[in-house]
Amino acid sequence: MSGVPRTVAIVGPPNSGKTTLFNRLTGLRQKVANFPGVTVEQHLGTAQLSEDREVDLIDLPGVYSLRARSEDEQVTRKVLAGTMAGVPRPDAVLLVLDSTNLGRHLVLAAPILSLGLPTLVILNLADDLRARGGDVDTAALARQLGAPVALISAAKGEGVETVIQFLLGRVSAPAPLELPVLQDVPRCRQWATRVGRHAGYQPPAPPVWTRRLDRVFLHPVCGPLIFAVVVVAVFQTIFSGARPLMEGVETLITASGGWLGARIPAGVWKSLVIDGVWNGVGSVLVFLPQILLLFLFIGILEDSGYLARAALIADRTMARVGLQGKSFIPLLSAYACAVPAIMATRTIENRRDRIATILIAPFMTCSARLPVYTLIIAAFLPERPVAGPFLGSRAAALLGLYVLGFLAAFGTARVLKSSVLKSGPTAFVLEMPSYRWPTWRGLGLRLLDRAKIFLRRAGTVILGVAVVVWALAHLPLHDGRAPKIEASLVGVMGRAVEPLIRPLGFNWKIGVGLVSSLAAREVIVGTLGTIYGIEGDAESAGLQAALRHDLTPAGAVALLVFFAFAMQCTSTIAVVRRETGGWKWPAVQFGYMGALAWVGAFAAHQVLSRVI
Amino acid sequence: MQLSVNSETGFTLVELAEGEQAVLERLDLPEEFARRLMELGFLPGHVITAARSAPGGDPRVFRVDGSEIALRRDTAARLRVRPPAPLSSAV
Repeated sequence: MSGVPRTVAIVGPPNSGKTTLFNRLTGLRQKVANFPGVTVEQHLGTAQLSEDREVDLIDLPGVYSLRARSEDEQVTRKVLAGTMAGVPRPDAVLLVLDSTNLGRHLVLAAPILSLGLPTLVILNLADDLRARGGDVDTAALARQLGAPVALISAAKGEGVETVIQFLLGRVSAPAPLELPVLQDVPRCRQWATRVGRHAGYQPPAPPVWTRRLDRVFLHPVCGPLIFAVVVVAVFQTIFSGARPLMEGVETLITASGGWLGARIPAGVWKSLVIDGVWNGVGSVLVFLPQILLLFLFIGILEDSGYLARAALIADRTMARVGLQGKSFIPLLSAYACAVPAIMATRTIENRRDRIATILIAPFMTCSARLPVYTLIIAAFLPERPVAGPFLGSRAAALLGLYVLGFLAAFGTARVLKSSVLKSGPTAFVLEMPSYRWPTWRGLGLRLLDRAKIFLRRAGTVILGVAVVVWALAHLPLHDGRAPKIEASLVGVMGRAVEPLIRPLGFNWKIGVGLVSSLAAREVIVGTLGTIYGIEGDAESAGLQAALRHDLTPAGAVALLVFFAFAMQCTSTIAVVRRETGGWKWPAVQFGYMGALAWVGAFAAHQVLSRVI
Repeated sequence: MQLSVNSETGFTLVELAEGEQAVLERLDLPEEFARRLMELGFLPGHVITAARSAPGGDPRVFRVDGSEIALRRDTAARLRVRPPAPLSSAV
């Protein structure tokens, strides 16, 4: 190749380990963005090759061919051709194929190599190939393809040195060959078989462990049972396992606030820093360990390959409400956050199914609801065992809220799919990857990514709202002094919404919290932290005690129900608008979810306040 | 196009019990969908093994061309297969 590449694209079929290699090469120096104009995510990173050499890497979406049928394929094609606006044309390609399934994966080699870019053909999962008795002659394959070939294990780091040598321009390529670019799938596949045979490819024995595990995980009785146990264990751990960590963060925030408070002279600035910023942002930051723990579980389920089995088990339930198993994975990722979930719906080809999935995704309990739920549950529900030592009352309540969101989602899907979004039976095709051990590296990078997003939100949206709430609570000034909070702008605002929320059992302070949480759900925790911080009366007793003072148990349940249903998230509204191409669906969604939240909270409060 | 042999011995993928094998004859599906399945290994002439299914029997996992792919029953019912040749070695 002429010189050293600057921008390199990583291409390959799904599940071939592209992202593992990308993570291995770039480490912490990566970011996720959207390709301009389309909803396909682009992962960009920089690999440090030697002391003075680095190269930009683009991790492209997984594709089986380059026929540009789906959005993913179009993006891959355009990026490689250099016609994607805003993305530099790559001057080399890393083609990542699964060495344990080379016959099928080699099909992609012909169209990629005929692009004429310097390409390293990477046969990944070498450890798996050898462990299962497979083999391939890389030199022979290189001659067959007219391109250098490396057999590596991206997860273990084996053979990655060759990839780096290639990126440094130090791997000599055999003479390029004219490869047949066939449109006909059977003929492509025959060509791949022939090439594999000439390269002495020995397919590996079937994955014994995967089959053994599937015997358990897909067992008609054990399978769903294990699924349920996994879910319960996740909730119990999120609640009880995260507590020491959360208490640690809380101590740290209180201590640092105290330290800082002692150094600022009493007055407006001290109030802004301590009541506004520290109480506001700090009360949200406490939930970081819990959110990371949730993402750790999601990461393990996804990286191990269990998620595909869960989708399989769920498909029939999904079919019953008119959706398909493919909707399951976006919906599952909506437990983390509705925004990536809504973007993930683009794998659903049927537009009506896709819209239905987008509309119900925000009902799934996202991680932003977790701080709100945890705070209210911990304030009102004493911890006691429900099912022996395995499930406590608080985890059970949390689980109940997740079920509530799930039921709302499925009820809505049922209504939509039997009316406005009705469609015929849809296709469901899902590849079952072999089980793999998740790597610490992969999980660590995920968590780091999440922590960054969370902290960025805490530092922007939540900080901003906290400062605004603080300021509104100190205005208008009377003779240069802040008014009593009831007479401040925040009080006026709260009182303005109070008639609307009084029937739900909420007072004006909760009202201010609800208004501020239109920006993002967890903002309410920060807002209440700020308001109570200014009030001062509950300073020693903390946010939970202050809430008990302001809400009846029936009102607390109503507030939980409200948060389970309402669409309080500007990012979600923005992404739905972009994905559906207009304001119609986000408007429908916001109105519907808001109405459901109000009615649900009203019913909960009216019934419970008579019972409790 | 239809051989008389096929109409006698032909059946569809959905009729395979777990562990049974058959050779794919053709895909009675819209072109785009058939193409997607072909890219995943569902090619005429390939041996397909029925594997585990989700609880309730639908969807079912099929082993084909070195991977495991799950299909719903209504899709599997559109894939015409024939019994494997007696001499063909089990893959």
